[in-house]
Amino acid sequence: MTTDYARPMPAADEDSEPFFHGARAGKLMLMRCRSCGAYRYPSRDRCDMCWSTDTAWVQASGKGTVYTFGIMHQLYHPGFKDELPYNVVVIELAEGPRLYSNLVGVANEQIRVGMPVEVTFERINDEISLPKFRSTA
Amino acid sequence: MDSMKGKAAITGLGITDMGRIYGHDANWFAGEAVRLAVEDAGLTKDDVDGLLINAGIQGITGGGIGLALQNYLGFNNLRLLNHMNAAGSTAAQMVQYASFAVVNGLANYVACVFADAPLQANKSAGAAYGSARRPAGMISLTSAYGLYGANSSYALAARRHMAQYGTTQDQLGQIAVSTRLWATMNPKAQMREAISLEDYHNSRWIMEPLHLLDCCLVSNGGVCVIVTTAERARDLKQPPAYVWGMGQGHHGNPMRAGFEPETHSAATIARESAFRMAGITTDDVDVCELYDCYTYTTLVTLEDYGFCKKGEGGPFVEDGKLGPGGALPTNTGGGQLSGYYMWGMTPVSEAVIQTRGQGGERQAPRHDVVLVSGNGGVLNYHGCLVLSPNLA
Repeated sequence: MTTDYARPMPAADEDSEPFFHGARAGKLMLMRCRSCGAYRYPSRDRCDMCWSTDTAWVQASGKGTVYTFGIMHQLYHPGFKDELPYNVVVIELAEGPRLYSNLVGVANEQIRVGMPVEVTFERINDEISLPKFRSTA
Repeated sequence: MDSMKGKAAITGLGITDMGRIYGHDANWFAGEAVRLAVEDAGLTKDDVDGLLINAGIQGITGGGIGLALQNYLGFNNLRLLNHMNAAGSTAAQMVQYASFAVVNGLANYVACVFADAPLQANKSAGAAYGSARRPAGMISLTSAYGLYGANSSYALAARRHMAQYGTTQDQLGQIAVSTRLWATMNPKAQMREAISLEDYHNSRWIMEPLHLLDCCLVSNGGVCVIVTTAERARDLKQPPAYVWGMGQGHHGNPMRAGFEPETHSAATIARESAFRMAGITTDDVDVCELYDCYTYTTLVTLEDYGFCKKGEGGPFVEDGKLGPGGALPTNTGGGQLSGYYMWGMTPVSEAVIQTRGQGGERQAPRHDVVLVSGNGGVLNYHGCLVLSPNLA
């Protein structure tokens, strides 16, 4: 799994390094505005709510619900050939932000909008662990 | 300022052949569309003093039309020129900016052109729209999760609507069926064989809940419309399509709790401006030409213009009222689902045909008020026009 990972490999950039660093340690990290308190995802250098650039990285609860989901049948990248059909979900975190991810440990037919979930991490290699989610229903 | 209602008009329309037409680049299609539109209006090349340009997917993937189109067409005395991009809302927006320009004397005849030629022989439509971009940072996570392209994003939006409001697969399918019926009567349409609800369900999944027949086509082609003042339009060859109303709406997507752009499009904002300017309500609309990149887009757009309540789009379309002979003729050329995919120019072009009363066997019996929507992003960018054959 670590050496022959065929799916697209995410990569940190300067802004998002704390997110990927956190994921390696099993923590879901979010940016939080020090001025208005709003959480945001993905990383960006200015709060879209109040425009402050005063920002902290904080650990999120990792809890949320399925906002929406789809089951992918079309092959867009050869690395997903053996995964089809696979789920893609939008998770609404307890802190507010929504993010794309996959649900693990649940059959596609069992996925429902509103399902409570929590984060889990899929280790790809020493650098990258992917935040994914599992049902807590 | 006086109302813009009835001050400007679309006077020329050029539509090239559509679909898997090979051997020409986007400039060629744009040039052909402009040539046809100028001829249709009864104008000459030298009359055109404004050019607004909108590239399609090739504006992103490469090879798209741009400012160089001016020299390709040999326009040497333009008084208005721009290359615009607000995704699928651009076409309606081009007509809006052109209208303001002609009414205020910046130009007399503005050609608004869209062209795209992403299809290649031996390459699937999906591959033509695929993106090779692989940025770093958190944006790189989406492809790691297997999320690709507009099909995925609209599937996620449609699922949210189904979960919130009980919208069914049959209801989405009925939109595909009704729209295809219109296409059977459009010689320019790419898909001209009627389909049944069963055909819809049997078409392969792209991303659940979207079947292949929920998704628009991909087309090579070009469309151009000429915008001028109402006064000038009256003296030209074609019956004018007067611009009664215009509006835009852009609500973005902050991707956080409290916002639901997936189920509430920016049409609500655009409608307010356009209907106020036109002095109409939904009851006055005879024909709808809506941006239908997906069946779901038609459904949510109808809700957001107020043809039915939020969440009731499914039951609203279920009886086939959008199809031929129905109470609300919608996407009468087959739309983007079955006609041709010229982004916002698909609904604009068919609206001009219907407003003029030139739809032939697919002509809607009443066409005093024709509504046009343009939608871009994932229901994020919205442009609206209200057209009429009547001055007021």
